[in-house]
Amino acid sequence: MNCSEFLAQLGDFLDNQVPTGLVADLQAHLEGCEHCVITMRTTQKTIQIYRNHEIYELPQGLRERLQAAILAKCKKGC
Amino acid sequence: MPIIQAQGTEEVHPDILLVNRAREGDVQAFEQLVKQYDRQVFRIAQHITQNREDAEDVVQDAFLKAYEKLEQFQGNSKFYTWLVRIAVNESLMRLRKRRTGRMVSIDEDVETEEGSMPRDLAEWRPDPEMMYGQSELAEILRKTIQGLPPGFRVVFVLRDVEGLSTEETAETLGLSVPAVKSRLLRARLQLRERLSRYFRKNEDGTK
Repeated sequence: MNCSEFLAQLGDFLDNQVPTGLVADLQAHLEGCEHCVITMRTTQKTIQIYRNHEIYELPQGLRERLQAAILAKCKKGC
Repeated sequence: MPIIQAQGTEEVHPDILLVNRAREGDVQAFEQLVKQYDRQVFRIAQHITQNREDAEDVVQDAFLKAYEKLEQFQGNSKFYTWLVRIAVNESLMRLRKRRTGRMVSIDEDVETEEGSMPRDLAEWRPDPEMMYGQSELAEILRKTIQGLPPGFRVVFVLRDVEGLSTEETAETLGLSVPAVKSRLLRARLQLRERLSRYFRKNEDGTK
Protein backbone atom coordinates (compact mmCIF):
# COMPACT_ATOMS: atom_id res chain seq x y z
CA MET A 1 0.00 0.00 0.00
CA ASN A 2 1.37 3.45 -0.91
CA CYS A 3 0.63 6.83 0.70
CA SER A 4 -2.14 7.77 -1.79
CA GLU A 5 -3.94 4.50 -1.15
CA PHE A 6 -3.60 5.02 2.59
CA LEU A 7 -4.90 8.57 2.29
CA ALA A 8 -7.93 7.41 0.31
CA GLN A 9 -8.93 5.28 3.31
CA LEU A 10 -7.97 7.79 6.00
CA GLY A 11 -11.49 9.16 6.53
CA ASP A 12 -13.01 5.73 7.07
CA PHE A 13 -10.02 4.70 9.18
CA LEU A 14 -10.51 7.67 11.53
CA ASP A 15 -14.22 6.85 11.77
CA ASN A 16 -13.58 3.13 12.38
CA GLN A 17 -15.46 2.28 9.22
CA VAL A 18 -12.76 0.44 7.32
CA PRO A 19 -13.66 -3.15 6.36
CA THR A 20 -11.90 -5.57 8.72
CA GLY A 21 -9.81 -7.08 5.93
CA LEU A 22 -8.19 -3.73 5.18
CA VAL A 23 -7.25 -2.68 8.73
CA ALA A 24 -4.09 -4.82 8.83
CA ASP A 25 -2.89 -3.33 5.50
CA LEU A 26 -3.40 0.21 6.80
CA GLN A 27 -1.60 -0.56 10.04
CA ALA A 28 1.28 -2.18 8.14
CA HIS A 29 1.62 0.98 6.03
CA LEU A 30 1.66 3.14 9.16
CA GLU A 31 4.47 1.09 10.65
CA GLY A 32 6.76 2.01 7.79
CA CYS A 33 5.60 5.55 6.98
CA GLU A 34 6.24 8.36 9.39
CA HIS A 35 4.56 10.93 7.12
CA CYS A 36 1.27 9.09 7.15
CA VAL A 37 1.49 8.65 10.94
CA ILE A 38 1.87 12.43 11.29
CA THR A 39 -0.93 13.14 8.79
CA MET A 40 -3.25 10.77 10.63
CA ARG A 41 -2.39 12.04 14.10
CA THR A 42 -2.70 15.72 13.20
CA THR A 43 -5.95 15.15 11.28
CA GLN A 44 -7.36 13.41 14.34
CA LYS A 45 -6.24 16.35 16.48
CA THR A 46 -7.85 18.80 14.03
CA ILE A 47 -11.23 17.11 14.47
CA GLN A 48 -10.81 16.96 18.24
CA ILE A 49 -9.92 20.66 18.51
CA TYR A 50 -12.94 21.75 16.47
CA ARG A 51 -15.19 19.45 18.46
CA ASN A 52 -13.96 20.68 21.83
CA HIS A 53 -13.84 24.43 21.25
CA GLU A 54 -16.92 26.54 20.88
CA ILE A 55 -16.13 29.13 18.22
CA TYR A 56 -19.59 30.59 17.73
CA GLU A 57 -21.13 31.01 21.11
CA LEU A 58 -24.70 32.18 21.53
CA PRO A 59 -24.60 34.63 24.46
CA GLN A 60 -27.16 33.92 27.19
CA GLY A 61 -28.93 37.29 26.84
CA LEU A 62 -29.39 36.91 23.12
CA ARG A 63 -30.42 33.31 23.60
CA GLU A 64 -33.21 34.30 25.95
CA ARG A 65 -34.38 37.04 23.57
CA LEU A 66 -34.50 34.63 20.65
CA GLN A 67 -36.33 32.00 22.69
CA ALA A 68 -38.89 34.55 23.85
CA ALA A 69 -39.46 35.79 20.29
CA ILE A 70 -39.91 32.26 18.93
CA LEU A 71 -42.33 31.23 21.66
CA ALA A 72 -44.38 34.42 21.43
CA LYS A 73 -44.95 33.71 17.74
CA CYS A 74 -45.74 30.03 18.40
CA LYS A 75 -48.36 31.02 20.96
CA LYS A 76 -49.97 33.30 18.38
CA GLY A 77 -50.04 30.35 16.02
CA CYS A 78 -46.92 31.56 14.09
CA MET B 1 -53.32 14.85 14.44
CA PRO B 2 -51.48 11.51 14.23
CA ILE B 3 -49.18 10.68 17.10
CA ILE B 4 -45.79 9.17 16.32
CA GLN B 5 -45.45 5.81 17.97
CA ALA B 6 -42.53 3.51 18.42
CA GLN B 7 -42.47 0.42 16.28
CA GLY B 8 -42.33 -2.85 18.19
CA THR B 9 -40.41 -2.77 21.42
CA GLU B 10 -38.15 0.11 20.36
CA GLU B 11 -37.98 2.88 22.95
CA VAL B 12 -39.42 6.25 22.00
CA HIS B 13 -36.82 9.03 21.81
CA PRO B 14 -37.62 11.78 24.37
CA ASP B 15 -37.76 14.32 21.51
CA ILE B 16 -40.63 12.38 19.93
CA LEU B 17 -42.61 12.67 23.16
CA LEU B 18 -42.03 16.44 23.11
CA VAL B 19 -42.98 16.64 19.43
CA ASN B 20 -46.20 14.76 20.14
CA ARG B 21 -47.08 17.11 23.00
CA ALA B 22 -46.24 20.17 20.89
CA ARG B 23 -48.47 18.88 18.11
CA GLU B 24 -51.32 18.79 20.56
CA GLY B 25 -50.74 22.47 21.27
CA ASP B 26 -48.38 22.27 24.26
CA VAL B 27 -46.07 25.22 23.55
CA GLN B 28 -43.95 24.42 26.62
CA ALA B 29 -42.99 21.11 25.07
CA PHE B 30 -41.80 22.97 22.01
CA GLU B 31 -39.95 25.40 24.27
CA GLN B 32 -37.93 22.48 25.60
CA LEU B 33 -36.94 21.52 22.06
CA VAL B 34 -35.89 25.13 21.36
CA LYS B 35 -33.77 25.24 24.52
CA GLN B 36 -32.22 21.92 23.65
CA TYR B 37 -31.15 22.79 20.13
CA ASP B 38 -30.89 26.58 19.74
CA ARG B 39 -27.11 26.66 20.27
CA GLN B 40 -26.52 23.99 17.64
CA VAL B 41 -28.81 25.70 15.12
CA PHE B 42 -27.03 29.01 15.75
CA ARG B 43 -23.61 27.41 15.24
CA ILE B 44 -24.62 25.74 11.99
CA ALA B 45 -26.22 28.96 10.70
CA GLN B 46 -23.17 31.01 11.63
CA HIS B 47 -20.84 28.54 9.91
CA ILE B 48 -22.88 28.67 6.70
CA THR B 49 -23.85 32.34 6.53
CA GLN B 50 -20.68 33.74 8.14
CA ASN B 51 -22.89 36.55 9.37
CA ARG B 52 -24.07 37.10 12.92
CA GLU B 53 -27.38 38.84 12.08
CA ASP B 54 -28.30 36.20 9.53
CA ALA B 55 -27.49 33.44 12.00
CA GLU B 56 -29.83 35.02 14.58
CA ASP B 57 -32.60 35.25 11.97
CA VAL B 58 -32.02 31.63 10.97
CA VAL B 59 -32.48 30.48 14.58
CA GLN B 60 -35.88 32.20 14.71
CA ASP B 61 -37.02 31.19 11.24
CA ALA B 62 -35.87 27.58 11.51
CA PHE B 63 -37.73 26.98 14.78
CA LEU B 64 -40.86 28.76 13.56
CA LYS B 65 -40.83 26.76 10.35
CA ALA B 66 -40.33 23.56 12.34
CA TYR B 67 -43.29 24.47 14.56
CA GLU B 68 -45.50 25.18 11.54
CA LYS B 69 -44.48 21.95 9.87
CA LEU B 70 -44.52 19.69 12.94
CA GLU B 71 -47.33 17.62 11.48
CA GLN B 72 -45.17 16.84 8.44
CA PHE B 73 -42.46 15.36 10.67
CA GLN B 74 -42.78 11.63 10.12
CA GLY B 75 -40.62 10.36 12.92
CA ASN B 76 -38.54 8.13 10.66
CA SER B 77 -35.55 10.42 11.16
CA LYS B 78 -34.48 12.09 14.40
CA PHE B 79 -36.18 15.41 15.22
CA TYR B 80 -32.73 16.98 15.46
CA THR B 81 -31.70 15.91 11.93
CA TRP B 82 -35.03 17.13 10.58
CA LEU B 83 -34.49 20.49 12.31
CA VAL B 84 -30.91 20.73 11.02
CA ARG B 85 -32.18 20.21 7.47
CA ILE B 86 -34.54 23.17 7.90
CA ALA B 87 -31.73 25.27 9.41
CA VAL B 88 -29.32 24.44 6.56
CA ASN B 89 -31.92 25.43 3.94
CA GLU B 90 -32.74 28.66 5.76
CA SER B 91 -29.03 29.46 6.05
CA LEU B 92 -28.39 28.89 2.35
CA MET B 93 -31.37 31.10 1.53
CA ARG B 94 -29.94 33.92 3.67
CA LEU B 95 -26.55 33.51 2.04
CA ARG B 96 -28.16 33.80 -1.40
CA LYS B 97 -29.94 36.99 -0.38
CA ARG B 98 -26.65 38.55 0.70
CA ARG B 99 -24.90 37.59 -2.48
CA THR B 100 -27.65 38.88 -4.72
CA GLY B 101 -27.66 37.51 -8.22
CA ARG B 102 -25.13 34.86 -7.38
CA MET B 103 -26.16 31.27 -6.97
CA VAL B 104 -25.02 29.74 -3.74
CA SER B 105 -25.11 26.03 -3.32
CA ILE B 106 -23.33 23.42 -1.33
CA ASP B 107 -21.77 22.25 -4.60
CA GLU B 108 -19.81 25.47 -4.99
CA ASP B 109 -16.03 25.16 -5.37
CA VAL B 110 -15.93 21.50 -4.47
CA GLU B 111 -14.16 20.49 -7.67
CA THR B 112 -10.87 21.92 -6.47
CA GLU B 113 -8.13 19.41 -5.80
CA GLU B 114 -6.46 21.74 -3.31
CA GLY B 115 -5.51 20.11 -0.09
CA SER B 116 -5.91 16.53 -1.27
CA MET B 117 -2.25 15.76 -0.63
CA PRO B 118 -0.67 16.71 2.72
CA ARG B 119 2.23 19.11 2.24
CA ASP B 120 3.08 20.18 5.77
CA LEU B 121 4.40 17.04 7.39
CA ALA B 122 5.76 18.50 10.60
CA GLU B 123 4.74 17.04 13.96
CA TRP B 124 2.50 19.19 16.14
CA ARG B 125 3.19 20.10 19.73
CA PRO B 126 1.64 17.65 22.21
CA ASP B 127 -1.13 20.05 23.31
CA PRO B 128 -1.10 22.61 20.50
CA GLU B 129 -4.24 24.43 21.66
CA MET B 130 -2.54 25.28 24.95
CA MET B 131 -0.14 27.57 23.09
CA TYR B 132 -2.89 30.15 22.65
CA GLY B 133 -5.39 31.95 24.85
CA GLN B 134 -9.08 31.03 24.49
CA SER B 135 -10.04 33.97 22.30
CA GLU B 136 -6.88 33.80 20.20
CA LEU B 137 -7.51 30.10 19.58
CA ALA B 138 -11.17 30.72 18.68
CA GLU B 139 -10.02 33.35 16.18
CA ILE B 140 -7.53 30.93 14.61
CA LEU B 141 -10.18 28.22 14.33
CA ARG B 142 -12.75 30.65 12.85
CA LYS B 143 -10.32 32.08 10.32
CA THR B 144 -9.18 28.62 9.30
CA ILE B 145 -12.62 27.11 8.77
CA GLN B 146 -13.90 30.22 6.98
CA GLY B 147 -11.32 29.57 4.27
CA LEU B 148 -12.95 26.28 3.27
CA PRO B 149 -15.38 26.17 0.31
CA PRO B 150 -18.98 26.20 1.73
CA GLY B 151 -19.63 22.67 0.44
CA PHE B 152 -16.74 21.30 2.47
CA ARG B 153 -17.39 23.49 5.49
CA VAL B 154 -20.99 22.41 5.94
CA VAL B 155 -20.11 18.71 5.70
CA PHE B 156 -17.32 19.07 8.28
CA VAL B 157 -19.56 21.04 10.65
CA LEU B 158 -22.48 18.60 10.50
CA ARG B 159 -20.37 15.47 10.67
CA ASP B 160 -17.43 16.36 12.92
CA VAL B 161 -18.63 19.31 15.01
CA GLU B 162 -22.34 18.49 15.44
CA GLY B 163 -21.85 14.74 15.41
CA LEU B 164 -24.37 13.69 12.74
CA SER B 165 -23.63 10.31 11.17
CA THR B 166 -22.41 10.10 7.57
CA GLU B 167 -25.84 8.89 6.49
CA GLU B 168 -27.65 11.68 8.37
CA THR B 169 -25.30 14.28 6.85
CA ALA B 170 -25.95 12.86 3.38
CA GLU B 171 -29.71 12.90 3.93
CA THR B 172 -29.66 16.43 5.36
CA LEU B 173 -27.68 17.87 2.45
CA GLY B 174 -29.19 15.75 -0.31
CA LEU B 175 -25.79 14.25 -1.12
CA SER B 176 -24.72 10.65 -1.62
CA VAL B 177 -22.77 8.88 1.15
CA PRO B 178 -19.60 8.67 -1.02
CA ALA B 179 -19.88 12.42 -1.76
CA VAL B 180 -20.11 13.18 1.97
CA LYS B 181 -17.10 10.97 2.70
CA SER B 182 -15.01 12.54 -0.02
CA ARG B 183 -15.85 16.11 1.01
CA LEU B 184 -15.32 15.30 4.67
CA LEU B 185 -11.85 13.89 4.06
CA ARG B 186 -10.82 16.86 1.96
CA ALA B 187 -12.23 19.29 4.53
CA ARG B 188 -10.34 17.55 7.33
CA LEU B 189 -7.09 17.52 5.35
CA GLN B 190 -7.38 21.16 4.32
CA LEU B 191 -8.07 22.24 7.91
CA ARG B 192 -5.16 20.15 9.13
CA GLU B 193 -2.85 21.72 6.57
CA ARG B 194 -3.90 25.25 7.52
CA LEU B 195 -3.78 24.64 11.28
CA SER B 196 -0.32 23.15 10.95
CA ARG B 197 1.26 26.57 10.60
CA TYR B 198 -0.03 27.48 14.08
CA PHE B 199 0.47 24.18 15.83
CA ARG B 200 3.63 22.68 14.34
CA LYS B 201 6.66 21.96 16.45
CA ASN B 202 9.44 24.30 15.47
CA GLU B 203 12.93 22.95 14.96
CA ASP B 204 14.29 25.23 17.67
CA GLY B 205 11.42 24.47 20.03
CA THR B 206 10.00 28.01 20.07
CA LYS B 207 6.30 28.91 19.61
